Amino acid sequence: MSMVIITINGKEFSAKTGEMVVDVARKNGIYIPTLCNMEGVIPQGSCRICTCLIDGRTMAACTTPVSHRMNVETNNAELEKIRTTIVELLFAEGNHYCPTCERSGNCDLQALAYRFNVLVSQFKQIFPTRNVDAKNPKILIDHNRCIQCKRCIRRMGGSGKPAWFSFKDRGHKVKVNIDHELTADFTDEMAQKAMDTCPVGAILKKEKGFDVPIGRRKYDTEPIGTEIEKEGAKL
Amino acid sequence: MDNHKSQKSFVADGNHCSCDCSSLHTILAKYDNDSSRLMDILIAVQEKAGCIQEKAVKEIAKALNLSKVDVEQTLSFYHFFSDGAKADYAVYLNDSVVAEMMGREDIAKTFEEEVGVTFGKISEDGKIGLFNTSCIGMNDQEPAAIINQRVFTKLTPEKVRKIVIEMKNGKSIDDIVGSNVENNIKKQGPILTKDIEVGEGLKKAVEMKPETLIEEVRQSNLRGRGGAGFPTAMKWKFCREAAGDKHFVMCNADEGEPGTFKDRVILTERPEMVFEGMAIAGYAIGAEEGILYLRYEYKYMQSFLENVLQEMRSKKLLGENIFGKFNFDIRIQFGGGAYVCGEESALIESAEGKRGEPRDRPPFPVVKGYMQQPTSVNNVETLSAVVKIINKGAKWYRSLGTIDSTGTKLMSISGDCEKPGVYEMEWGFTVNDILQMVGAKDVQAVQIGGPSGNCVNPAQFNRKVAYEDLSTGGAIIIIGKERDLLKDVVLNFTNFFIEESCGSCVPCRAMTVQYRNRLEKILRGNGVAKDIEAMLEWEKVMKTNRCGLGHSAANPILTTIQNFRELYDAKLQKDTDYVSEFNLEAAVQESCKAAGRQPNLGGE
Ligand SMILES: Cc1cc2nc3c(=O)[nH]c(=O)nc-3n(C[C@H](O)[C@H](O)[C@H](O)COP(=O)(O)O)c2cc1C
Ligand code: SF4
Repeated sequence: MSMVIITINGKEFSAKTGEMVVDVARKNGIYIPTLCNMEGVIPQGSCRICTCLIDGRTMAACTTPVSHRMNVETNNAELEKIRTTIVELLFAEGNHYCPTCERSGNCDLQALAYRFNVLVSQFKQIFPTRNVDAKNPKILIDHNRCIQCKRCIRRMGGSGKPAWFSFKDRGHKVKVNIDHELTADFTDEMAQKAMDTCPVGAILKKEKGFDVPIGRRKYDTEPIGTEIEKEGAKL
Repeated sequence: MDNHKSQKSFVADGNHCSCDCSSLHTILAKYDNDSSRLMDILIAVQEKAGCIQEKAVKEIAKALNLSKVDVEQTLSFYHFFSDGAKADYAVYLNDSVVAEMMGREDIAKTFEEEVGVTFGKISEDGKIGLFNTSCIGMNDQEPAAIINQRVFTKLTPEKVRKIVIEMKNGKSIDDIVGSNVENNIKKQGPILTKDIEVGEGLKKAVEMKPETLIEEVRQSNLRGRGGAGFPTAMKWKFCREAAGDKHFVMCNADEGEPGTFKDRVILTERPEMVFEGMAIAGYAIGAEEGILYLRYEYKYMQSFLENVLQEMRSKKLLGENIFGKFNFDIRIQFGGGAYVCGEESALIESAEGKRGEPRDRPPFPVVKGYMQQPTSVNNVETLSAVVKIINKGAKWYRSLGTIDSTGTKLMSISGDCEKPGVYEMEWGFTVNDILQMVGAKDVQAVQIGGPSGNCVNPAQFNRKVAYEDLSTGGAIIIIGKERDLLKDVVLNFTNFFIEESCGSCVPCRAMTVQYRNRLEKILRGNGVAKDIEAMLEWEKVMKTNRCGLGHSAANPILTTIQNFRELYDAKLQKDTDYVSEFNLEAAVQESCKAAGRQPNLGGE
């Protein structure tokens, strides 16, 4: 595999061809905010939060492979504003009740809102009518909190077909659709994996919760991205 | 207004579809139980049974080795598929801007009165369903509706009454009078003129080496006519050079941009030329298979086009050993009703039997397209132009138009004018030229390039229509002085994008809705200057979207803020930067009603 040199925020790094910008940045201790992206899962740029300036153009860092002499700027006031706006859009689009959510403190959306100092969304709340699907014996899908990132669709059930999870409908009505037949004998491990795959509280494992009290959870103690940035500081 | 178009679950009790097992198995066998042909399978079942019920979904999933949700994700994406109840006659009435201008409201009212249900519903006896649909490519003959794949144009209340009576009587759709599509070619130029024999271009093409052929196209400076304007020769070169087991040519006949109908006219008037252009493209890039992706709205053309293909095969212009040089054949792939499928990577996804979600790029379709193989997607008009270029030479083609925009452009012109129709024009004409030509008076605005384009004001009517100035895929909508531009046009277009977003990208899916909310707030008289600033600011977020739909979905609002700012300003509240839209009286109405009290807002 051949190597390329790319510049991120003014510093040069070497990377393997085919690697995505977001992964190269992470490995080098540079945090690019993401939501729909997940390490090891085929990327699909849909949340657009990882938008960076790549060779002067706004591009999604999770789906842009590196190329030789590429120049990446991961953050500036404008990019931060774009990301903040996307977070606000998501809060307005769904029904998110952080204080009572099992994922509070472990939720990427909430953590990004804190990181970007979102106190209230600039957008009108849509308050869509969405349901809770509790048919599966092990997991509960609360569509109110779903941000349509497709992580469960891409990660659960292996790659390809037949799919366990998929999208249904389109546009602002799009929702995750779970195949109840194929997931009827979900094990505890699968349920845990599904819950861990969801960046928010839309997939919850049944009969268990609040193991770690709110206040002592991952993002309660430090902002999202800190882990990566701490590594970066050591380099 | 946003819930009317979604097809599914239009619950009408008791009308369940019936696709018996034997016909389902015949359909599945016809497509070799191949999951990449899921679109064709769903279309066949939908047409046979009037809907695609859960039972059929399960059978299809089993046969194709898919899960139920796999089938549902495709099924639910397209608005001509129904998973709920069926109607013997499904009436899809266009609700685009020009349909409204031409009197759609009366037509809709007449349908509702005669059928006895409102739009979005099916009559109790299960006979007739009324649905709205986005532009069906008939802007020059609106109001128009599609009923069971047949198109009924220039509807009047009387016509509607007759049609409803005949539907109630159970007449076969082909026997119902009034189904008629006009071609309305108002100006014929070098592309539309029939001055060469079918097959001449292809014959000349195969006498050249593919590289020489591509060079000839490069010399002509031909750029894609689908809207993006990418140089055709360059696309072919990249595609030819890309490694793959097979290469594919796809002709984009999705024509979904509201106001565009020129590809329909080319396909009815000169279908041989389009297929010949596909074959030439096939020879150039080294493909043996071509796919014509045709929007479902044009389903009525199917047998006509299949006959043309058959004839060309019998003349050995398609099939094996064409002019002793190469093999090439074409199949027609229908869509299912989704504007975004005109975007080339969404078109490919759809042709593979999937949801029409645009792909992330890179890789580009020329490298990894249909079935992950190098694919050249070209517009109908682009491929037609190629035939003439090969025949008459690049030099001849370059002599037409401007330096940056060579050749001619087919314009679909509609709206407030005397002579709507298709005009083939040499590039470089001005907006004023058009207005004169089509007999348009008292013009308030001209929408260039459909909703995703630019809405220009009279001070800009001397601008040139060409890639170097006002670029367009060919749609021109003329908006008269008497129209309420913001409400009748901009709001309608914004709703169109909300309906048609594939839903993947957050800004496209959610911001379009917020744009509408803000526009409606302004239309209610509750807007403030800050709302305009915010809408302008959001453009940066829209530009982060994955595909062109998301990039341009705010254009109706953004270009009118730019060119018709006074219309917005007139509606804004002055000297304040906050208007509460909260209405206490309305908010307590329900609870007061429940408690049997009068609202007492005075606090006494
Ligand atoms: C939302 C969207 C819709 C589109 N619709 C069409 C269409 O209906 N027909 C078309 O030829 N191109 C359409 N395009 C452009 C195609 O992506 C592509 O550029 C074109 O088919 C390439 O052919 P050309 O180079 O011959 O223009 C659309 C693009 C977008 C983003
Ligand atoms: S921009 Fe809109 S239509 Fe295009 S991929 Fe994103 S969500 Fe889909």
